[in-house]
Formats: sequence, C-alpha cells, structure tokens
Amino acid sequence: MPKVTVDGQEIEVPAGATVLQACELAGKEIPRFCYHERLSIAGNCRMCLVEVSPGPPKPQASCALPAGEGQVIRTDSEMVKKAREGVMEFLLINHPLDCPICDQGGECDLQDQAVAYGRGGSRYHEHKRAVTEKNMGPLIKTTMTRCIHCTRCVRFSEEVAGVDEIGALYRGESMQITTYLEQAAKHEMSANVIDLCPVGALTSAPYAFEARPWELKKTLSIDVSDAIGANIRIDSRGREVLRALPRVNDDVNEEWISDKARFQVDGLTRRRLDKVFVRKNGKLAESSWEEAFKKIAAAKPGNSIAAVAGDMVDCETMFAAKKLLGALGSTLLEGRQTGLTYDVSNLAAVNFNTTLAGIETADAILVVGSHVRWEAPLLNTRLRKAAKAGAKIFLIGPEWETTYPATFLGSDVGLLHKLPKEAADALKGAERPAIVVGGAALGKGALHPALALAEKYKLVKDGWNGFNSLHFSAARMGGLMLGFAQAGGMADLIAAKPKVALFLGADEADFSQFGDSLKVYIGHHGDKGAHAADIILPGAAYTEKDGTFVNTEGRVQYAEKAVFAPGDAREDWTILRALADALGVDVGFDTFDQLQAAMIAEVPALGEEGLADYGALPAADKGAKAEGEIAYPIKDFYLTNPIARASTVMQQCSAELLGQGELAEAAE
Amino acid sequence: MADRHLAPDTPELRARWGAFEFSPEWKAKADKAIAKYPEGRQKSAVMALLDFAQRQVGEETETQGWLPLPVMEYIARYLDMPVIRVVEVASFYFMYNLVPVGKFHVQVCGTTPCMLRGSDDIIAACKKRGMKMGHTTDDGMWTLTEVECMGNCATAPMVQINDGNYEDLTVERLDAVLDALAKGDTPKEGTQEPGRHTSEPSGGPSTLKEMVDANHDYRSEW
Repeated sequence: MPKVTVDGQEIEVPAGATVLQACELAGKEIPRFCYHERLSIAGNCRMCLVEVSPGPPKPQASCALPAGEGQVIRTDSEMVKKAREGVMEFLLINHPLDCPICDQGGECDLQDQAVAYGRGGSRYHEHKRAVTEKNMGPLIKTTMTRCIHCTRCVRFSEEVAGVDEIGALYRGESMQITTYLEQAAKHEMSANVIDLCPVGALTSAPYAFEARPWELKKTLSIDVSDAIGANIRIDSRGREVLRALPRVNDDVNEEWISDKARFQVDGLTRRRLDKVFVRKNGKLAESSWEEAFKKIAAAKPGNSIAAVAGDMVDCETMFAAKKLLGALGSTLLEGRQTGLTYDVSNLAAVNFNTTLAGIETADAILVVGSHVRWEAPLLNTRLRKAAKAGAKIFLIGPEWETTYPATFLGSDVGLLHKLPKEAADALKGAERPAIVVGGAALGKGALHPALALAEKYKLVKDGWNGFNSLHFSAARMGGLMLGFAQAGGMADLIAAKPKVALFLGADEADFSQFGDSLKVYIGHHGDKGAHAADIILPGAAYTEKDGTFVNTEGRVQYAEKAVFAPGDAREDWTILRALADALGVDVGFDTFDQLQAAMIAEVPALGEEGLADYGALPAADKGAKAEGEIAYPIKDFYLTNPIARASTVMQQCSAELLGQGELAEAAE
Repeated sequence: MADRHLAPDTPELRARWGAFEFSPEWKAKADKAIAKYPEGRQKSAVMALLDFAQRQVGEETETQGWLPLPVMEYIARYLDMPVIRVVEVASFYFMYNLVPVGKFHVQVCGTTPCMLRGSDDIIAACKKRGMKMGHTTDDGMWTLTEVECMGNCATAPMVQINDGNYEDLTVERLDAVLDALAKGDTPKEGTQEPGRHTSEPSGGPSTLKEMVDANHDYRSEW
C-alpha cells in the first residue's frame, strides 16, 4: 500500500494502482481520452500528463505510470497546465470544428476537455487532415476525420467482445481506424464502441441527427430483451423514446449492453396497438373498452380462465393477472409459452446461482444447451473473462462461434449421463466448477441430470454455488416467483380448455391449441399474439410503466416509466383491474401502490432490490433421463421479441449481418 | 511521406493470389521463425512471415515483391490470428509494399541529414530518368518512393534499392549505379565515395587515431 502525495494531500493507494488512479482517489480530475477502466492501458493520447517526482523533470502520462511509495504528484502546477494545453492543441490540429453538426455535441469528451484544459484559440494555419468515412455496419456511423486515435474501439473489440475486427491501419498522421475491408462489425456487442468513443468519430447511426442530449429526459430502466436485466437509461423527448444507453452496474452489465437492448427501441413506435380491437365476423375491428369488456363478461368464464405471460412483462402485470384469476377461482397461470415443463418446485434449481459477476471466477464451466452469444450476450463477455483468466469451457449443443477457447463435446443432451473424460476431469479438478443449463437443455429434461452432475462434481461448496440455469426471457424468474408455472406447462392450460385465455404480451405461444377459448391479448405490439386474438386490449411496453423485473440470477430490479403509452393504450395492471370490475370480482387493489404492496406481501423477495434467496439446491432425481439433440430456440438474434421485430433497425441488422430475409437495395 | 494505401480487393487480385502458399523453401524459413517464439506466441513471427511472403511474391513476379490482401489473409491463417492485426503490421512498416512495385524499388531517404546533403538533387535525378514519386515506370523496372531515415546519416545522401544501400551519392554516382542495375550488373553496395570504406569519417579518422594500426591503451591518458 504505497503512500503518495497528490497536490500536497497525502493518501494511501492500493498496491498496483496507477498515478491516475491515485489522483482520482485524492479527488483530482485527470483529463483523459484513451484510458478506460475496463480496457487495457494504451497511453497514447497523452492527455493525462502530470508532474511526478522523483522522476525525469518532464510531464508523465499518469495512466501508464505505477504509483510508488513516496511519490509527490502535482496536477495543478504550471508545467501540467502547459502540458495539457499543448496536448489539446495538437489533438485539435486535425480535429474538424464541426461540433454544430456533430451528434456527439453536448456529450463529447473532447469538447468538454477542450473547454476545461485547452487554450482559447488555435495557432494552426496549415491544412487539416481529412479521412474517408468507413463502413462499420448498420449501427455505427463513422466520421473518421474526427478520430483522435485513442484506440478504445480497437481494444474493446479485441478484449471485451473477443471479435478482433477493428484495427488501426497505417501510421502517424495517416493512421486510420477501420474494420478489415470495411466489413460490418458483426457481433452482438458492437455498438458499445459508440459509448466508448470520446469524440464524434463513432456515433449511433439510427440516432443520427435525432436530438441533443440536453433535450432528453433520462429515465432509469431495465432492459427486457434478454434475461440478464441490463441496467439502462431511457432517453426520451415528449412521447418518444429516442435511445437506450447502458448504466454502470458491475454486478449485472458492467457498462455494456447488447445491440438489441440498445437499438430495439425504435420498435416502440411501430406496429403499436393503440386501440381496442374486437374480432367480428372473423375480422379484427376497432372497438371500445366497454364493448370489449362486455364481450369478455358475456363469455362467463367463471373459473375457466387461463393467463399466459409473455417474455417482457413486469411482475406487477403478472401479479394483477394472478389476482384476477384467483378471484375467479382459477390458477391456470403459465409463463413458459413455448411449452417448457421443467421442474420448478425449487427455484434454486432454475436460478443462475453463481451470479453473473461470480461466473468470471469459475475455473471450469460446462454449458449445456445454450447459444450464450445470442441468448445472453452479456454473460458471454463474462465467460470470455473467465476463459481469459484460465477457465476451461465445455459446451454441449450444436456448434456456434465462441469468442474464447472452448470445446464442443457434441450436440446430444444425453452426454450429461456420460460426460467425456476431458470435461469430467476438468470439473473434477476444478476449485470453482460451474454448470450452465440453457433453455434448450431444460426442454430436453436436462435439469435433474445436471443436478446429479452438480452433486457428483461438488458444485456447491463453501461460498460457491456452481449450478446455473440460464433463461432467455426477462419475465421468467419473476413469473416463476409468482407461480406462473403449471406442472405440465402449457399443455395443462390447453387440456383445461379455458373459456377465456388471457395472453399478457405473449407472442411465442401456439395459439391454434386454444381453438375454442376466447383469446384476449393484452399487449403493446401487433405481433403473433394480436393476430391470433379475438379481443385486443392495448397495453404498455416496458418503457411506459413502472415495473419490477427479476433477472436470471434472481436479482430484483425496478424500472421506471419514461413515456406514456400511445393512443388508448393503458398500463397493463389498470386493464386487468378494470376487467375485474367487468367480471364482477374484487382483486383487492385500486392503485399501483396497493398492487405493489399486495405483491410484496405475497412474495416478500420482490420488495427488496438485489438477489432473491431461493435456498439450497434440491436433491437430484437420479432416475431422470435427458435425451435428444439440442436445438437452440433462437434462430435470429435480432428478432426475438415483438419490439425487436417491429424495429426497422433490428430488421436491417438481421438482413445485413445475419443475411436473413431480403436485403433492401438502396435506391440509386 | 509516401501515400500508402491497400491494393483494392478485386476479383482479379483474388484470382491471381487467392491460392498463394509458401513454397517449400520459404515454408521452412517461416516455420523456423515461428519456432523462435514460445508456444502460444506464434503470432510474434508475423513480421518475419510477411517479409518471407513478400520475397516469395517478388520471386514469382521478378520484382522486390509486395503483399496482396489474399497473401496477408494466408499469413493470418498460417499464424491463427485475426487478419486485421496482420494488415495493421503490414501497413505500419514501409518495408512492406502494399501495392505492386517494379524490379528495382528505389527508396530515396529524404529525412533532414540526407536533405541537407542533397537528397533533393537525388530525387530530381531519379525523376529525370522517367521515374515518378510513388509510381512504377511503364517498363516495370523502377519504382520510386521517398522514405524516412534509414540510419545512414554519416554517409548521406543515400538510396536503398531492393536490399542494397547506396551511400555518399551524387547525381553522377546515382546514375552510374542505376545504369549498372539496368544492364543487369551488380554495382558495389555501400558508400560510393572512392577511398572510403564504410561510414568512417571521410578524410581519415579524427579520433582514436592511435587505434588505426594497432590496439592502443588510452587508459594512462585519462
């Protein structure tokens, strides 16, 4: 623990800290462009110069200099001021003065630091360098003349994403950042370089020229595009959500989000259900709330009513539906729309027990039936970190392109019963072994065979629980906590032949099985569910209501309402509350606060932000057999939910990056 | 500084170089270069391999050689590394040619010491012979580029032609060298100053004079 003096203030810094970190600990702001906490140190922008003694009598790059015992650091001397001004002047030599037409304006590191640390004017009269724009795919807009060569984007794609595709060609003043032959950046995390870019060289293509940061209302929210529950910030203006940005949460998403979480938001204004629809003579026709409710009441469901929760609904909506069905005397609740039937008697068995941050420290990982890159891109970056730290990773399932060294053992889930020797040895010899069971494996009955492996290889020990189920849907853990699961899954609902079936934003279910039921769709997008419905009640999307979400590791998180739902659409719980009146039952709440209080009273864990405690793992059912070829449920990463399917950006990504569907030709 | 750019990725380029592979001789050298590095660090040999590939291309095209994109992709596969990393290295160092060059690649040093000793005249002389900066002559014989310091400042000005340095140049001496090359002769490399051996001070030694003939112990004089 070296002691250093920063501007006359003596502080103790952790061993291995850099001078820059020491200055930050002392509360001093050090300007920087290339240095980033989550990337390796490059030391090429020279903006972080400070004066350090003992040492050569010149400014030193603090980001790359280790803090040592007895160092005297000055960040406020004349030398430092002049050094910063000099570096800034050089950086601005080739940087265009196009801030008024630059999308980074207002949230630009270069702009801010030029004001704070730069000279008032330029002494440069020669020609400025110009660089051709580079194609980096449909998400990243490039204006490479603005690039200051910090190489954050290069380091991100190499170190975090694990897909080496951005590089710096040529040298010196001619240096250019580009992808090989200007191919599109093809991975699920590519757009994070937009946040990393300290200038306006890489900006968001869909958000180009949409808004200035100071016009936007910022709302804290939770991403629902997968079950990771990434912490996001929704930026909105008026009634429109303009963009989603990651928030820092080291336990969940660090500071990254997937491209889908970031760019599906334009789908929130397209294909929206903003009116009540009722099917008349086989055709959906615009209608009114009264008529729709009357029609549902006329079906006289009694206790013959079922509710299916979709992938993106919040706990409050599910709880309101549960209360409504309970008041009618039904418990036909299900959230696993596609028909999964795994055992949910103990939620610890279907939880990501290691936690997302914890999996980084595992030293042997067996992934069964999960295309992690598509089902949970943020978990994939954690697995990459584990692999970089030396973890051996094995996968059972059809091969996909991993971003780390990994061994595919085969695609038959039956391998769980006769694990190949190399994987068995790795798990046996590991100090922190982990198993990740994906949705595709859960569908093949892999839960109990995997639990048996957990017992065999002692996955649970002091301070370590290596057994994980990885879900794909944001509503899954919350739904399971609220009892949205039947022993036989969807088949139980179908067998009960309910008179009325409520679909809460459920678009992946097999609607043909509910032939005689009155199908009521409560949701926000005109997708598969709305097409099959008899009555459509327009609801609110995740940005349009307060809600509780539980991610795949059982972390309870709250999202806030950013904008109002369009047209006649209402927050889902109010629809269910009104439906209770129409059906003449009492659900026991009239306001959102009462609803939330009732929910927390029933499931106390939902009232506390953070990891829910599900207790110990259940004993494995030794007789359970898993068999069959694993087939991943996701066929197209960019189009997994109704919002993404409505988004033109996601459709474009699907066409250009995955080559699915027709590629729209530019009009020439 | 020469304007560098990658040769465009055309179907013709793919057709000509798509099947590039090391010949047995160069492959042996490449594998020897890779073996110098510890297991898992094979990509450290990228610079050597790029050089070997450029020389093999040179042999095939009877020029100094260059690095077409499919060849860089081959090196990336050979070393199991991302192709963008190979292109980064190849585009950084001026010794790797990114576009085809002529039989003789005349690289004139234009950095300060050479410039003070008359490199502008050397460049003018090259241009007078029909060469154009950054281009190859129509007969495919000469490519002219200006390069940064080659470390021959004591014998400036200098040009490097393919692997040979020609130093202490004047316009006449350069013409003599180029004429000899054009004829197919092998002119003397190194300094062109009569009586000068390498980069020793011209006009005889100015220090350590006693060392010229025999070893001399200076310690008593300190």
